[in-house]
Amino acid sequence: MNYVFQFNVVWEHFPELLTGALLTIQLSATAMVLGLCVAVLCAYGKTAGPRPVRWLVTSYVELIRNTPFLVQIFIFYFSLPVIDIRLTANNAALVAMTINLGAYASEIVRAGIEAIPVGQIEAARALGLKRLHIFRLIVIFPALKTVYPALASQFILLMLSSSVVSTISAVELTAITNSLQSTTFRAFEFYFVATGLYLAMALGFRASLSAIYWAVFVRGRGA
Amino acid sequence: MPLLALKDISKRFGTHQALADVSLAVEPSETVAIIGRSGSGKSTLLRCINGLELPDRGTIEFNGKMFEQTPRRLKELRREIGIVFQSYNLFPHLSVERNLTLGPTAAKGLPLAAARELAREVLRMVDLEDKIAAYPQQLSGGQQQRVAIARALAMKPRLVLFDEITASLDPELIGEVVRVLEKLARDGMTMVLVTHEMGFARNCADTIVFMHDGRIWEKGPPAALFGSPNTAELAAFIDSILSVNLIGERPTGSRQSQSRGIRGRNK
Amino acid sequence: MGRSFGLNEFLYLLKAIPWTLLLSLGALIGGAIVGLFIAILRTAPSRVLRGLAIGYIELFQGTPVLMQLFVTYYGLAVIFDIQVDAWPAVLLAFTLYSGAFLGEIWRGSIQAIPRPQWEAAACLSLSLPKQLWYVILPQAARISIPPTVGFAVQLIKSTSIAAIIGFIELTRAGQLMTNATFKPMIVYPIVAVLYFIICWPLSLLAQHLERRIDATLGVKRHF
Repeated sequence: MNYVFQFNVVWEHFPELLTGALLTIQLSATAMVLGLCVAVLCAYGKTAGPRPVRWLVTSYVELIRNTPFLVQIFIFYFSLPVIDIRLTANNAALVAMTINLGAYASEIVRAGIEAIPVGQIEAARALGLKRLHIFRLIVIFPALKTVYPALASQFILLMLSSSVVSTISAVELTAITNSLQSTTFRAFEFYFVATGLYLAMALGFRASLSAIYWAVFVRGRGA
Repeated sequence: MPLLALKDISKRFGTHQALADVSLAVEPSETVAIIGRSGSGKSTLLRCINGLELPDRGTIEFNGKMFEQTPRRLKELRREIGIVFQSYNLFPHLSVERNLTLGPTAAKGLPLAAARELAREVLRMVDLEDKIAAYPQQLSGGQQQRVAIARALAMKPRLVLFDEITASLDPELIGEVVRVLEKLARDGMTMVLVTHEMGFARNCADTIVFMHDGRIWEKGPPAALFGSPNTAELAAFIDSILSVNLIGERPTGSRQSQSRGIRGRNK
Repeated sequence: MGRSFGLNEFLYLLKAIPWTLLLSLGALIGGAIVGLFIAILRTAPSRVLRGLAIGYIELFQGTPVLMQLFVTYYGLAVIFDIQVDAWPAVLLAFTLYSGAFLGEIWRGSIQAIPRPQWEAAACLSLSLPKQLWYVILPQAARISIPPTVGFAVQLIKSTSIAAIIGFIELTRAGQLMTNATFKPMIVYPIVAVLYFIICWPLSLLAQHLERRIDATLGVKRHF
């Protein structure tokens, strides 16, 4: 092993890496919010919707969960333009991430909904609350609280898998690292540092998600 | 020379003094029954004897040899001291036969054929020969506990410890397990039991040890101990057991014999 | 325009499937060995050993697989002073990655075995390795089968990422066929369907086994 490590060149370009990391954070955070909305809708459809809706949700979930994220991205970015749906790289990435997260998270949310005691829902019905009201007030809040740890892990997995969107040249952390290493020929050093950045982001997301849990479910209404 | 000699055993869990200066000698072929309220240190004492708990202070001598807490010495010790647990702890993934042959083959290096012969022999002692191919979850609690006794016996131990082995059994299943214990006592096996079966303790034990607050409070032959307790604590303990039986909480064969045994002192 | 997408092109995709499966299987076997060590270290009495295992798990579960792939690929080049083939690099990277996940799954399974089983084995004078081998591992193995099959699905999907460093498996074959035929609307959905055909039965199997084992062991899971 005669290789001489040179991390100086990495530090010179560190601001660019940080810009990429920022986009990764933006993409992931947006996809988390949108994906959670998709998940709640799907979970509602699967637990309370008519049969065709339930069937549709199941197909969506199974299709997404049994195919690679990378192939999903290719379809959104390369295949859709053929039928005249053109997305920018960033938008294609966001759509792919949202749809991917939506499928995984809907199963988690559904498990939370199914853990709600039936008595609570019957009591609400006895009070004359409408179905959607019951779902919003009695079901979804406690359900999300129960499954929050599983959701949080899923969110972090999403953030990590976002590195794959570099293949459609969205300019997030991995894409920036790719281009920097190819011009400086310091591949190992760049990827090494980028890996560290991802690890830091994962820890940061975990801490923020815990803080959100505390703010919403503990200090908030408790529920 | 006693087979087992405990000297000044002390053990603490956090701030709780589980055992305080306990000394006890067990002669070969002796049956010692340890009684007392829950939390009095009975099970901890039993678990110290075969090294499941390590005492903070004190010495244990087994068969004239000092107990040291090295893994090798522990393994040696456990070849000669068997234990039967309250919750049976059979291996659920193994058949009854394999539960019995595992120790002799894997720990003592006995050939499988000889171990199988041995398994049959010990199963005969607990009257369960026909269950040799069964799996633990196919057996009743009483049958599982008898297999657990057979598992301990298959190691050909010189001393067997019994840790409240009837406590998790349904009342109607206690009798079959107690009968096995009685037979072992008759056959001259050296046994130390933690038990709530006062009838058995009275009829079969050579020595009763009453524990209270981590200490041996009273010790002596059953007739003397149950007949005329020296301390208020033992008298209260006997009364509490008696009152439970007078209410008739568990009107079963063995429990009846238990209350009969205790009524003896009130004559 | 390039050539059309016909039977030959389809067969080209099919011929890439064994590479996806081979990579997954190899990583699963390698990961099993690594994972066993990690699971044992993770439960070791020594705090240093436990810390090492936790660090390993955090590193591989807290960073993107793609980054692990790049660091391994370029790291091997650094160590051996030459550009290595993609095959050993991806196999090594996915082995290390599986090791972290399988290690955690198995640690959970080992720790799910009640303490008294260890005691009962110890009281039969069995040494620690024999307690593990005869009593603990066979029971832990049974519990660990459903999550292990579930992870196999995740691994098969993850191996698509090997396409990014040019290893020719199913996804890379799809990319190559797209480049040759300019028919992303046909090729990528076919690739997705092929993954689905591989993964879906495994997912169903994992669900089925989980229900069956939960029923026989009386385990109650939260999700």
